[in-house]
Amino acid sequence: MTLLYRFYNCTLVRDHALIQDDLWIRNGKIINPEKIFFSEKTRADIEYDCQGALIAPGYIDLQINGAFGHDFSSADEASEEMLIKVAKLLTSHGVTAFVPTIVSSLPETYQEVLPIYKRRAGSAKDGATILGIHIEGPFIAENKRGAHRTDFLRKSECGIEDLKTCYGSFENVSIITLAPELPNMVENVIPELVARHDLVVSLGHSTATLDCGERAILAGARFITHLFNAMLPFHHRDPGLVGLLTTHPLPATTIVYYGLIVDTVHTHSAAVRLAHRVHPHGLVLVTDAVPALGFPDGTYHMGAHEIVVNGKRATIAGTETLCGSIASLAECVQYMRQALLDGETNKEIINEKDSTQFVVESIEAATLHPAQVLHIENQKGTLSFGADADFIFLDKSLNILSTFIAGEQAWTVTDQWSIDNLQTKSSQ
Amino acid sequence: MRLVITDDYSAMAEWGARYIKKRINDFKPDANRLFVLGLPTGSTPLGTYKKLIEFVKAKQLSFQYVVTFNMDEYVGLPRDHPESYHSFMWNNFFKHIDIDPKNVHILDGNATDLIHECNEYEKAIQQVGGVELFVGGIGPDGHIAFNEPGSSLVSRTRVKTLAQDTIIANARFFGNDIKKVPTSALTVGVGTVMDAKEVLILISGTSKAYALHMAIEEGVNHMWTVSAFQNHPRFLCVCDEDATMELKVKTVRYFKSLMPVHSKLIEDNGAPSLLHTEN
Repeated sequence: MTLLYRFYNCTLVRDHALIQDDLWIRNGKIINPEKIFFSEKTRADIEYDCQGALIAPGYIDLQINGAFGHDFSSADEASEEMLIKVAKLLTSHGVTAFVPTIVSSLPETYQEVLPIYKRRAGSAKDGATILGIHIEGPFIAENKRGAHRTDFLRKSECGIEDLKTCYGSFENVSIITLAPELPNMVENVIPELVARHDLVVSLGHSTATLDCGERAILAGARFITHLFNAMLPFHHRDPGLVGLLTTHPLPATTIVYYGLIVDTVHTHSAAVRLAHRVHPHGLVLVTDAVPALGFPDGTYHMGAHEIVVNGKRATIAGTETLCGSIASLAECVQYMRQALLDGETNKEIINEKDSTQFVVESIEAATLHPAQVLHIENQKGTLSFGADADFIFLDKSLNILSTFIAGEQAWTVTDQWSIDNLQTKSSQ
Repeated sequence: MRLVITDDYSAMAEWGARYIKKRINDFKPDANRLFVLGLPTGSTPLGTYKKLIEFVKAKQLSFQYVVTFNMDEYVGLPRDHPESYHSFMWNNFFKHIDIDPKNVHILDGNATDLIHECNEYEKAIQQVGGVELFVGGIGPDGHIAFNEPGSSLVSRTRVKTLAQDTIIANARFFGNDIKKVPTSALTVGVGTVMDAKEVLILISGTSKAYALHMAIEEGVNHMWTVSAFQNHPRFLCVCDEDATMELKVKTVRYFKSLMPVHSKLIEDNGAPSLLHTEN
C-alpha cells in the first residue's frame, strides 16, 4: 500500500528561497498536496513534526576520490559492496547522490574498475545514488598534474581513439576531466565525447589559455574542475580558464559551471567570494575528497600514493602538495556560507541577507547546480514537485540532522530525529 | 440587519473570524451534524482566513466537522492556475487547517457540462441540509459573488458573464493583460445565498463605501444585488470606518451605539450567544 507522508513544521529550500511550507512524499517522490486535496480528496496517512528543521534537497558530490578509508581508484578494492558501503556512510554528510572519481591511472586499472561502478538508484538500505563515474585524467597537462602520477599521464595524438584505448568503455562514465590544450581535444575529442557518449566534459589540470578554454566550451565542454587549482592563475592580460567565468563569446544561454573546493584550505574565502560574485549560478561545491574523508589524522592510500592527513589538510607523503580535501560536502556548504557572511560589510542587513541569500546559495551550490551539470535538475537537487524524495534536515548552523533517500530515512544524527519520534499521526 | 463597525481592516478581519469561530464552536458539530459554511475569495476575507488559521493552530477551533461551499470559480481557467479560486482557497486557507478534503466544495469551472455542474452544486448544498452561515464580500458595484448588476434576486447557481468593470478590476491578477482575464464564471445565485440560515458580509475600504450605502440605505434593487439581504432574517454586516464614508451619520451612530450588544456575539465565554435571534 503506498502511503502518503506529510512533513510539517519545517522550512523548505524551494524556488531559490526559504519558505514555510509542508513537504509531501509518496512513492519516493515529492508530490503536490494541492492536487491530492482537490483530486483525491484524501489526507496524509502519516504526519511528521519536523521541529522547525530546515529541509533542503540532499547534497550531490560531483568529485570524490574515496572516503572512510576506501579508494575508488584502487583496482584491488573496487567492488560493488565497497561502493555501497561508502554510499551508506556518505549519508551522514547529507550526501544523497555522488559521482565516484578515478584519478589518472593505467589502462588496466580503468578497464577493471570502470565496469564495476555502475549507476544505481539510492535507498535507505544501499545509501546514496551513484550518478556515474568521474574520470579525472590521464589526459591532462603534466605541469598541472597536482597529485596525479606523471607516468600515468597520456596524450591524445590520435584523438578520441587514444581515449577509447585507455578507458575501454564510457558506459558508466558521466564526467571526464581533461586538458583542452592537448592535441585534438577541441577539434575532435570534446565534440565526440559530448555528442556521441553524452558525457559532461570538464576542463582541468590544464595550462590552457582563455582562448583555448572558450573554444573548448564552444566545442561542448560545460564544467571546470576545481577552479583555481591545477590551472593557470588569473592574470589581467591572460585570464586563463578562470576567465571563463566572465567570458563573452559564449551564447547567453550557455552556463559554464565550475567546481570549487571550499574547505578553507584549497581556496581562500576571498577567492570564493570573487568567483561567487562574478558568476553565482555556476558555482558547484565539490569535496574532491580523498579516502581519508571521515577518518582522523593518519596515513592512507590513494591511487598509487600514500597521503598524510593532518588537521584540515591532506598532502602527498613527503611533500607539501595538496592532494584533495577531507572536508565533507556538508562542511563545504557551511564554509561557503561563512565566506559569504564574512564578505558582507553592512552589518545592518547581514542577517536578512543570510537568511534570504547566503543560506540558499550555499545549499544550491551543493544541490541544484551539480544537478544542472548532469542535466538531472528535475529529479535531483530540488524539492520541486515530481522530484525524487532525497532530502536532508539541517539545523540553523547547517549541521546535518537527518538524511532521507527516496522518501526513507537513511541516517539520523541522534534518536531525537528518528521518524518514530517525529511521527504525530499514523494511518487511520 | 446588524451592522458592526470596526476601526480598520484588521479589526474587521478579526471580528469576522471570531464570529465564525464562535458560531462553529457553539454549534458543536460532530460526525452526524456538520456545520455548513459558505466561503468567499478576494482580498477582503484574507485577514479573516489568516485569523481563523491562527485559531486552528492554537487548537481553539477545528474544521474537522465543517463542510464548505465556495461562492464561485472562473470558467476555463486551469484548476492549478495561480489565480484560480481553487488555488486561492488552498494557499490561503485549506492547506493550513484540519478540514477533510471530502467536505470541501468548489465549483468546477472546467466541467464539460457547466449547467449540470451548477445544478449538482445546488443539490449538494441541499443534501447536507443547507448552509448554516454564508460568508461573503461585496463588489464596488454592490455585487455578491459574481451576481453582477442586473442579476435576478432569486437566482440560483449558474454561469455568468463577467461585467466589464469586474474584468478590469481583475486584470491586476493577470499581469494587467485584459486578454488573459476569464470572461465568465460559475457562481452561486442571490437566491442560493438567501437560503442560508445566516449571511455574514465583510466590507472594507472607501472603494466599497458607496456600495454599502446602496446595499443598506436604499431599496432592494437588482442593480445592487447585496441589497437583497435586506429581506433576510439574519443579515450581519461587518465593516471598517472607511467603508462607512457614504452612510448617513444617523445610520453610523445608531449601529455604533449597539456595539456593546454586538460584542456579545464574539465573546469567548464558552456559552452560546443569546443573540442568535432574528435581527
